Amino acid sequence: MTGEVTAPKSAKPPRASKDKVAVRGLDFYYGETHALKNVSLGLQEGQVTAFIGPSGCGKSTLLRVLNRMYDLYPGQRAEGEVMLDGENILSPDLDLNLLRARVGMVFQKPTPFPMTIYDNIAFGVRLYEKLPRSEMDGRVESALKESALWSEVKDKLNASGLSLSGGQQQRLCIARTVAIKPEVILFDEPCSALDPISTAKIEELIDELSGDYTIAIVTHNMQQAARVSHYTAFMYLGELIEFNETKTVFTSPRDKRTQDYVTGRFG
Amino acid sequence: MSSSFYSRRRRRNAMWMGLSLAAAVFGLAWLFVILAVLFWKGFSGLSLAVFTEMTPPPGSSGGLLNAIVGSLILTAIGVALGTPLGMLAGTYLAEYGKYSRLAFVVRFINDILLSAPSIVIGLFIYEIIVAPMGHFSAIAGAMALAVLVVPVVVRTTEDMLNLVPNALREAGSALGMPRSLVIQRIGYRAVRAGLITGVLLAVARVSGETAPLLFTALNNQFFSTQLLKPMSSLPTVIFQFALSPYKEWQQLAWTGALIITLAVLALSITARALSAQTQQK
Repeated sequence: MTGEVTAPKSAKPPRASKDKVAVRGLDFYYGETHALKNVSLGLQEGQVTAFIGPSGCGKSTLLRVLNRMYDLYPGQRAEGEVMLDGENILSPDLDLNLLRARVGMVFQKPTPFPMTIYDNIAFGVRLYEKLPRSEMDGRVESALKESALWSEVKDKLNASGLSLSGGQQQRLCIARTVAIKPEVILFDEPCSALDPISTAKIEELIDELSGDYTIAIVTHNMQQAARVSHYTAFMYLGELIEFNETKTVFTSPRDKRTQDYVTGRFG
Repeated sequence: MSSSFYSRRRRRNAMWMGLSLAAAVFGLAWLFVILAVLFWKGFSGLSLAVFTEMTPPPGSSGGLLNAIVGSLILTAIGVALGTPLGMLAGTYLAEYGKYSRLAFVVRFINDILLSAPSIVIGLFIYEIIVAPMGHFSAIAGAMALAVLVVPVVVRTTEDMLNLVPNALREAGSALGMPRSLVIQRIGYRAVRAGLITGVLLAVARVSGETAPLLFTALNNQFFSTQLLKPMSSLPTVIFQFALSPYKEWQQLAWTGALIITLAVLALSITARALSAQTQQK
């Protein structure tokens, strides 16, 4: 089945193309396993870039390099260059916490913190800014509005974040991420644990967030990649096979493997 | 499938089910017998005097006030000393040490400590505190109890933190939260009820200990809250009074045993309820 190719609905015209994140000659190792092989590509500012490919192709690994999430685990290392606004984020003296404040991440499973809805959002903000209560209220409200959750939770901000449904929890996680005003947002299969209606809401949201944020999304769902992204990268066995405008990747791929994958012949 | 094979399987199943049930009933029956005897012997001795008067000399009536207060003080100090140590060590094992050599050794020693006979702990404290000080003291008793609290809390803290999904840690780190904050604000919080359960179980464990107190806090016929003097406690009073030939003392021993059993039972039930609450979340 071929995904229907529709351009993202965002009314905002793509800005003048500029690489917000530039990956050059990136190799990644899990101990001895060579998981990413000489990957180079750029994430354009304010655009959505989708990463597709069969399981184990390295797309999630690549995402986890972009905010150095892999640093939490010993034995994982990256070689090469990843430039964020011209600064190499693989540099060992980089302040990881500041990097992660600039490059936010939303995970596969919703991960609300065990605290109130309000605190789930305020918590991250408090790490960086000391805001008076009224300003914090405003920040929480605008983050919840930005993630299309406000109308559903505005009367129960003091309820536990765990009391929300899966789809609402995921939007709470997005709200938490945008509340600290990142520049880049990484989505790691954000809809794979959600029902179709919640998925549609998240996709709409990603579309609305593009323009203001540079977005990278890993997905197993090719229709989703076609629906939400401006650019698509197809990866296979740790290599970047094809990277182009989404429309081109889905309608006239250059590589046979890309074609097989997007037409559902393997993967 | 032949029917004789199936009926044989059913018979075997019935036999093993029967044996399991018998074993469970056997174990529980003794527990009920113990509780019943405690109530029967101890309940008649319960009176206001038990909670307001001191342990009496032989042949006269009295209460257990000094022993109850002593037990509360010794347990409180022991838990207050042991809990932070245990929590920190457990946190190290679960969050930092993990599979390192040091963590492996600490875990191993902790397991030994967990099953060490408590009288050995009492002798140890006697050697390092009581002997140099030259006399028995409440603080030595509290230290002995603290040594018993540590391994229990280390174990529950590590087990509980291991229940925190890695996804939650990553989510915290993804916001740019330093590791220490991820542990304190997210990890501890996610398993708060479990951590409290661990401490309650430690309290339940040490409040009934007699052996480590015999060589350390000793006992005291009189009311005392001085930490450098010997202090009375329920288990040691029960031990002493139960072995005595005096009727009044024996009655007080039964009553003390009932009080301590009910207190520990209440703590265990609270701990159970709390941990059930954690698992529901």
